[in-house]
Amino acid sequence: MEKVVTFLLDGEVIQGQEGQSIMQAADEAGKYIPRLCAHKDLTPHGSCRICTVLVNGRPQSACTQPIADGILVESETPKVNQLRTDIIDMLFVEGNHFCMFCEKSGSCELQALAYRFGITAPKYPYQFPQRDVDASHPDIFLDRNRCVLCGRCVRASKEVDGKNVFQFVGRGVEKRIAVNSEQGLKGTDAEVMDKAISVCPVGAILKKRVGYAVPVGRRLYDHQPIGTASEEETTE
Amino acid sequence: MSEKVEVVLDQICREVGNDRTRLLDILREVQHRFGGVSGEAVDLIAQRLETPRVEIESVVSFYAFLSEKPNGNVVIRICDDIIDRMHGSETVARAFESELGVQMGQATEDGKISLTHTPCIGMCDQAPAALINDVVVTHLSSDTARTIVAELRENHDPTQLVKELGDGNNAHDLVSSMVQNNIRLRGPVILTDFEPGSALKKALAMSPVEVIRNVKTARLRGRGGAGFPTGMKWEFTRAAKADKRYIICNADEGEPGTFKDRVLLTEYPDLLFEGMTIGGYAIGAKEGIVYLRGEYTYLRKFLESVLERRREEGILGRSVCGVEDFDFDIRIQMGAGAYICGEETALISSCEGLRGDPKNRPPFPAQSGYLGYPSSVNNVETLCCTARIMEHGPGWFSSHGTDRSTGTKLLSISGDCKRPGIYEVSLSTSLREILGLAGAEDAQALQVGGPSGQMVGRQEFDKTICYDDFPTGGSMMVFGPQRNLLEVVHAFLEFFVEESCGYCTPCRVGNVLLKQRIEKILDEKGEPADLQYLEELAQTVKMASRCGLGQTSPNPVLSTLKRFRSEYERRVKPATDGRQPGFDLSEAVAQAVNIVGRESTHS
Repeated sequence: MEKVVTFLLDGEVIQGQEGQSIMQAADEAGKYIPRLCAHKDLTPHGSCRICTVLVNGRPQSACTQPIADGILVESETPKVNQLRTDIIDMLFVEGNHFCMFCEKSGSCELQALAYRFGITAPKYPYQFPQRDVDASHPDIFLDRNRCVLCGRCVRASKEVDGKNVFQFVGRGVEKRIAVNSEQGLKGTDAEVMDKAISVCPVGAILKKRVGYAVPVGRRLYDHQPIGTASEEETTE
Repeated sequence: MSEKVEVVLDQICREVGNDRTRLLDILREVQHRFGGVSGEAVDLIAQRLETPRVEIESVVSFYAFLSEKPNGNVVIRICDDIIDRMHGSETVARAFESELGVQMGQATEDGKISLTHTPCIGMCDQAPAALINDVVVTHLSSDTARTIVAELRENHDPTQLVKELGDGNNAHDLVSSMVQNNIRLRGPVILTDFEPGSALKKALAMSPVEVIRNVKTARLRGRGGAGFPTGMKWEFTRAAKADKRYIICNADEGEPGTFKDRVLLTEYPDLLFEGMTIGGYAIGAKEGIVYLRGEYTYLRKFLESVLERRREEGILGRSVCGVEDFDFDIRIQMGAGAYICGEETALISSCEGLRGDPKNRPPFPAQSGYLGYPSSVNNVETLCCTARIMEHGPGWFSSHGTDRSTGTKLLSISGDCKRPGIYEVSLSTSLREILGLAGAEDAQALQVGGPSGQMVGRQEFDKTICYDDFPTGGSMMVFGPQRNLLEVVHAFLEFFVEESCGYCTPCRVGNVLLKQRIEKILDEKGEPADLQYLEELAQTVKMASRCGLGQTSPNPVLSTLKRFRSEYERRVKPATDGRQPGFDLSEAVAQAVNIVGRESTHS
């Protein structure tokens, strides 16, 4: 028998099971907390910080913070949403995100978050970094220009695929995603059906030759913002 | 060549039992032997440790003292912190460049000598300083730079650069360093005589629970800066159910401007090891780890010898002091150049042979730390204090300082002062008294607690260093009236950008953005709106970052906006021509101009 834990999320009473994260309990209660690095099939990472909530006034990432009886969680407040907007802004200027000709447009979680938060142009200056593209694999593209360093591919490869295709190298602003071969993706055991390939929230990891299979207008976030109750899955 | 690499790598990996968790030791050794960790070496290590190669690459690329490209046999690292710059490190760096005929970040044509910068190496009291391989050289000038290069070209042996030995144990055979202790003021608690074994014997006469009770009664709080009650930390670690526990000493003194642990490690290693042994006894650990920053490698052999002597004396190792069921030993884990590893969970990651990324909390180290076992991570000075509490009793300890801030504090004072060095003062000492002691009465600002701390101005010099006013890990940087404080802020931000692990967005990106906006203001392109931009951005980084680094890295901006606002206000002005002063048209079109091959008609 799991213990029931009761807490307040934006003034609403939520019940969850002991051991759940704030995000898990909120999801079960139908309350969406914005996120990017979190994915329901992977261990939480706590790196993007978009799911930041205030727990008894202290900032915590909802994906990693366990629920506890009587905690007061603030999520949809102006203060918290300002933090999220700023972080999304940072992710846009840090990489090279050109939505207008990105094939992920419409299904991209970063873009969808920007729409949800009403961001039309970032307030921070673009950094225009030089980043490498790896097109060596016959079926998979790796475009680091669009990578947001969420680490979903790293975790999915290990945890679901039982491989070790991806890992981070470098630190700070130099941090980037690397693959387990000096020859690039083609030198790894990555396969197009791997979970690691489909979990990318942005257009950094793409399958070749299926780019525009779903036409604009019928893509995941074309009509409803990310986090809408009817949305079944954030990625395929 | 390859065959030799393979044989040597085999041996290096075997020495640590092909243990993946000892990867940092392996990589340090490979770096030492070959000047770098090549792609070939990465493959070989990956095979030996049965780990994906990208995991090895990931670790190599994280640490400043490891490199994929081979360095020269001799690596000159000029300390680049603000204090060293104030003492002329930039001139020294230029002298090295011109003597070697290379730029920063390059190696000489014969590939034998590399030149680079490094953040604070813990020698601000004898700046400008540099690390040449593991050898510390201090009080540099353009002249000494020239002599050093001439000698290195001749013998390629940095140890021969040490002509005069420093005081105390710096002159010990196993240290042989020119470093000076610069102990300026000894207080009653830490910097007094110590008889090895004396505190330990008293502790072992009590039960572990009593030892913890004594530390709690003394109201000792962590000396690294955060001030968490030590007794409570030990109690939590002891209470966690597990068959193994660890006590870890944080000797990764990386906060720019602090060097007090350097002096404790040099002159009071027994006091530290005794504190660790007492901690091990209290929490139920059989093993302790000293995480020693890579910059202090010159102290390693000496510290090993002290540990060996303690084993011979029976105060370390099997049945410590003859107590049958208390076995306790200590190993030294070397760091490899990463400030973030001073954060306790990053330090644990590093001990485990991983990137120095902080871990998600919970679980806290007291529940699940090193290799998943409950671990107590304590600062060098904190552990020294625990030994003193055992030696003289909690009442004696808490009679020093104030009610909520008991004991004394070691301060590392540097910058614009007459007497830089180590001071042991009561926690009730005011900033004004501290400046008086150091001979810095004309200071315009005091940076309390290093870049991650607070910049304080004259109007608050009567506040104290107690935990309720301006708590400090010990770094005290003095800035005289001639200093441009925004340049100081900029230097601090450069440091945080360099040292952010990059795991979380706000710290990885936000610090870069803060630095750029300060640069805009220093370039005299600032506008009044930039102040609000900085304030809001700084708050976001502070609130949303995952660990202490990002939660404190905006402090230089926030504390100067609060206390030295005029420094900003007098540099910004409203744009008059309707243009954004920060926007440089010719720079923006430079790339296009380059491509089309003719000048823009607009710039």
